[in-house]
Amino acid sequence: MNRSFKEVLGSGKFVVTSELGPPKGTNLENMIHHVDLLKDKVDAINVTDHQSSVMRYPSLGGALIVKERGGEPILQMTCRDRNRMALQADLMFAYSRGITNVLCLTGDAVVVGDHKQAKGVFDLDSSQLLTAIRTMESGKDLGGSDLDGAVNFCAGAIVTPEANPIEPQLIKFEKKIAAGAEFIQTQAIYDLDNFKRFMDYARPFGVKIMAGVILLTSWRMAEFMNKNVPGVFVPQPLIEEIKSAPKGGAIAKGVEIAGRMIRRIKEESICDGVHVMAIGKEELVPDILKEAGLANGS
Amino acid sequence: MIRSITKQKPFEEVLELLSGLDRIFLAGCGTCTTLCRTGGMPEVLEMASKLGEKGKIVTGQMVIPVACDELTHEAVEDHKQAFSEAEAVLMMSCAYGVQTMSKQVGLPAIPALDTLFVGKEMGLGRFDEVCTQCGSCVLGLTGGICPVTACHKGLLNGPCGGTNNGKCEIDSDKDCAWTLIYLKLKEQGKLDLMRKYHDLRNHNVEPKPGKIRLPLE
Ligand code: SF4
Ligand code: SF4
Repeated sequence: MNRSFKEVLGSGKFVVTSELGPPKGTNLENMIHHVDLLKDKVDAINVTDHQSSVMRYPSLGGALIVKERGGEPILQMTCRDRNRMALQADLMFAYSRGITNVLCLTGDAVVVGDHKQAKGVFDLDSSQLLTAIRTMESGKDLGGSDLDGAVNFCAGAIVTPEANPIEPQLIKFEKKIAAGAEFIQTQAIYDLDNFKRFMDYARPFGVKIMAGVILLTSWRMAEFMNKNVPGVFVPQPLIEEIKSAPKGGAIAKGVEIAGRMIRRIKEESICDGVHVMAIGKEELVPDILKEAGLANGS
Repeated sequence: MIRSITKQKPFEEVLELLSGLDRIFLAGCGTCTTLCRTGGMPEVLEMASKLGEKGKIVTGQMVIPVACDELTHEAVEDHKQAFSEAEAVLMMSCAYGVQTMSKQVGLPAIPALDTLFVGKEMGLGRFDEVCTQCGSCVLGLTGGICPVTACHKGLLNGPCGGTNNGKCEIDSDKDCAWTLIYLKLKEQGKLDLMRKYHDLRNHNVEPKPGKIRLPLE
């Protein structure tokens, strides 16, 4: 990995990112294995921040490991657990250790996770976290004091193109761009025709957009997501396709579907890249990229 | 009318709070806890009989018209004898009433209820939390719906990614405030208000505990 993520975004190449969830505990072996597996195959690796409000090893620690092993990390930062003081401190720490990409998220509610009685912070929201970063880049902190040494980040955010109703989501998307988002990773999309319509709207904003691709590992998982994951919609024909896979072949079918989607996104230049999420099956990401014809990091 | 919304503590917790206290005066409230069915006359009578079964002596009981009102001391006067025989007052009012009673009598005032929120009655037996007194009201920009309170995360700039067909990610029984705000502003032809970026909130407009002294003669 020799180009920074910012350089990749500016290069016009089809961008490929993936993501890792740190472990629950201090045994980092598996995560390190996945970092080594992915670091040369994708342009950057997101490290999730207590995803789904489940307490884990910190995203900052995970991002440091990616960096130390020669990968390009994207530090996911939610506003759920830290107030503006702690967020600024962590941003300075990240920057001082060479972590220069941040994905700004509001964060899931505490009550959906495994520490249901904890206090949710939400001092800032995702767009305000972007504002915080841009403020700190100007050499000031959020209290108006001068920083002895500023920060400089490539900052991004997310959007849910399949949200219903969609308009509030788009208004927020525009606020994030106005607040300084340089790239957008989307929630998982499965209906590319729908996504194309979203891109017709989004393209004029000039921000780099990576389509979210979540590996489907079974038709049950697809139905579960349809039922339980806000803003994710797996069309029925895809569910049927996985059902039609031979016994034991659902995962291979999922890899095929993900690869096919990525291939089409690239061939039709639907957006600027993809963000591949394999949720616990990271070792399959290289197979997905191969299926998509992107075996050598595109 | 705003209401203090309560729920009953588990009876075991009430007994725990009353351990070592045998003679109890029992007081409900004729306002909010009567409405919430947590501390009106029926609940007070039920509590009296449950305490009796556990060997407690109820020296007296009453439903104070408005337990948080300073007039509570008159109620105490009316039941002087029963109060003087008691070792503690078990309050089936909200926490405002408990604190008022605590100031009126020398006895410990012990809550039998948990106070959940200050809410608005939306219909028979339906109460919603609609304002959490943040000190910097944004209702003028949000179609009269409070995102600080009605949005689980108190977001000011629009919905999070958990918004789900008009419901909040935390509970499919709870509306997503930002869907409600969106629909309201759209209906009013004022969607531009939703595009306004809200800068970082001041969480210390009136640092806790709130205290105001008007310069009155
Ligand atoms: S913004 Fe909400 S919490 Fe704040 S004063 Fe207005 S209604 Fe109350
Ligand atoms: S789903 Fe709606 S109400 Fe719930 S936290 Fe998100 S924006 Fe707020």
